[in-house]
Amino acid sequence: MISDWTLWLEWFIKSLVLIFALLGGFAYLTWYERRALARIQTRIGPNRAGPFGLLQPIADAIKLVFKEELTPARAYKFVFFLAPILTVVPSIIIAAVIPWGRSINVFGRVINLYLADINVGVLYFMSIAAIAVYGIVLAGWSSNSKYAMLGGLRSTAQMISYELSLGISIIPILLLSDSMRMVDIVEKQTTWWFVVIQPVGALIFWIATLAEVNRAPFDMPEAEQELTAGYHSEYSGMKFALFFMAEYQKMIVICAVMAVFFFGGYLGPGVDQFPLLGPVYMFIKIVLLLFAMIWVRATWPRLRYDRLMSFGWKVLVPLSLAIVLITATGILLVEELNRPELIWTIPAASVIVGLIPVVTIFRTLRRLYYGRA
Amino acid sequence: MGVLDPLVELVRGLWITLKSMGEKPVTIQYPEEKRPVRQRFRGRHVLKRYDNGLEKCIGCSLCAAACPADAIFVEAAENTDEKRFSPGERYASTYEINMLRCIYCGYCEDACPTEAIVLGDNYELSFYDRRSAIYTKEMLLEPVPASAMLTPQKVDAGIYTRSVPEMEDPHD
Repeated sequence: MISDWTLWLEWFIKSLVLIFALLGGFAYLTWYERRALARIQTRIGPNRAGPFGLLQPIADAIKLVFKEELTPARAYKFVFFLAPILTVVPSIIIAAVIPWGRSINVFGRVINLYLADINVGVLYFMSIAAIAVYGIVLAGWSSNSKYAMLGGLRSTAQMISYELSLGISIIPILLLSDSMRMVDIVEKQTTWWFVVIQPVGALIFWIATLAEVNRAPFDMPEAEQELTAGYHSEYSGMKFALFFMAEYQKMIVICAVMAVFFFGGYLGPGVDQFPLLGPVYMFIKIVLLLFAMIWVRATWPRLRYDRLMSFGWKVLVPLSLAIVLITATGILLVEELNRPELIWTIPAASVIVGLIPVVTIFRTLRRLYYGRA
Repeated sequence: MGVLDPLVELVRGLWITLKSMGEKPVTIQYPEEKRPVRQRFRGRHVLKRYDNGLEKCIGCSLCAAACPADAIFVEAAENTDEKRFSPGERYASTYEINMLRCIYCGYCEDACPTEAIVLGDNYELSFYDRRSAIYTKEMLLEPVPASAMLTPQKVDAGIYTRSVPEMEDPHD
């Protein structure tokens, strides 16, 4: 089908660039997080290795490579070895469908700034994101340790629960953009970003992604203080680093997906004239979203496990279903009555519905604290 | 308590952490920047000298006797007017403190009749082996302003007959 060898070469180079960008991004995301957290806590953060501590990730990498790797006695060796790989690989290959910009012209050749233009890109993203659960449950099971086992089960339950609301909160986007192609979704946001039209959906997606990548306040899987780390308790050295790498790469990728779905992806002023600005806008949006993740980690305490589960099942899932209904109704109103301004019924109704769980949580809290309804 | 409180409180927390980003970091960049120690801080010992360069220590071993950790070893030798280290009859020919044993209680300071040993402000004590944890007299003795005042000094006979000088009341 594809006989043009230059196309293969193009794909190969683009994959390499993407992989190296993600690896470098992972390294410097750890630096970024440590510096940002330190500033929030009125500290300075790593500043010894190189200017502003910029060589710190390299020092960390060297340390991790040379650490001893332990395999617990009677661990299932093959699966124990496979689990970190199963966690890292999905976090890298999700990035394949993310559009970084429109096409550019290099030496008379049109190059699209994305690796794969799948017409079901959203489904690809959802399915690959789900694979990461296997890595966690297998890591917990193969370690031959009850702590790792329980930690793995706990994380798996959490990730599956929140994947539900993650998936449902994407449906309004699909309805609004009428496509599952990532590029179409971005191009549909030229007038309004979807975060304006569906703010509650964006919030649900954001909360669900926090739980999906095991970030605070949903960082149950690595609750060091109370639960001895969890599924990666028995991992050390480079294998542990792979789990760490997967977590941070997933953070980057999921922020990129968030930018594509809700914040207009590569769109921005001047991107029509200069397509190379697209990746720059993506980068800025990803950095800001990552900062929000770090900010949330620095602010909110960890949820208790039962509350985490009941929040996922009793609040997020019904709310995201309601959001789907509202969006569908809004789109139908626009189409049937042929009045485009009716699109604003969607954010209005969504915010009103979004306030229902807030009120409910308020009443529950009041009952808990004051013993009256 | 308002109905929107669950939401408002979350946002308030975010605002507080964002505000604290603008504050000046409290970190002290230790090796470059050192915080001054407290007035009565007990750090590494210093063996003091008189203004003319003579050592205050007379080798009486009262510090070693007072030491609860048995960290101090003193050996005394005789002073002569040709080779005078300290006022009076005797001086410490060997004075060693094992810094791994020392608990920095300051009893040696209290026991000293001549105020020769004082716990100073140096807290940067680290060693590569047990041997180098033993601080000798040369390491503990405070430096002199001019090389002419180094001990042993050649002095006129009959001046430094008293070991324990007239002392004021101690004050901080």
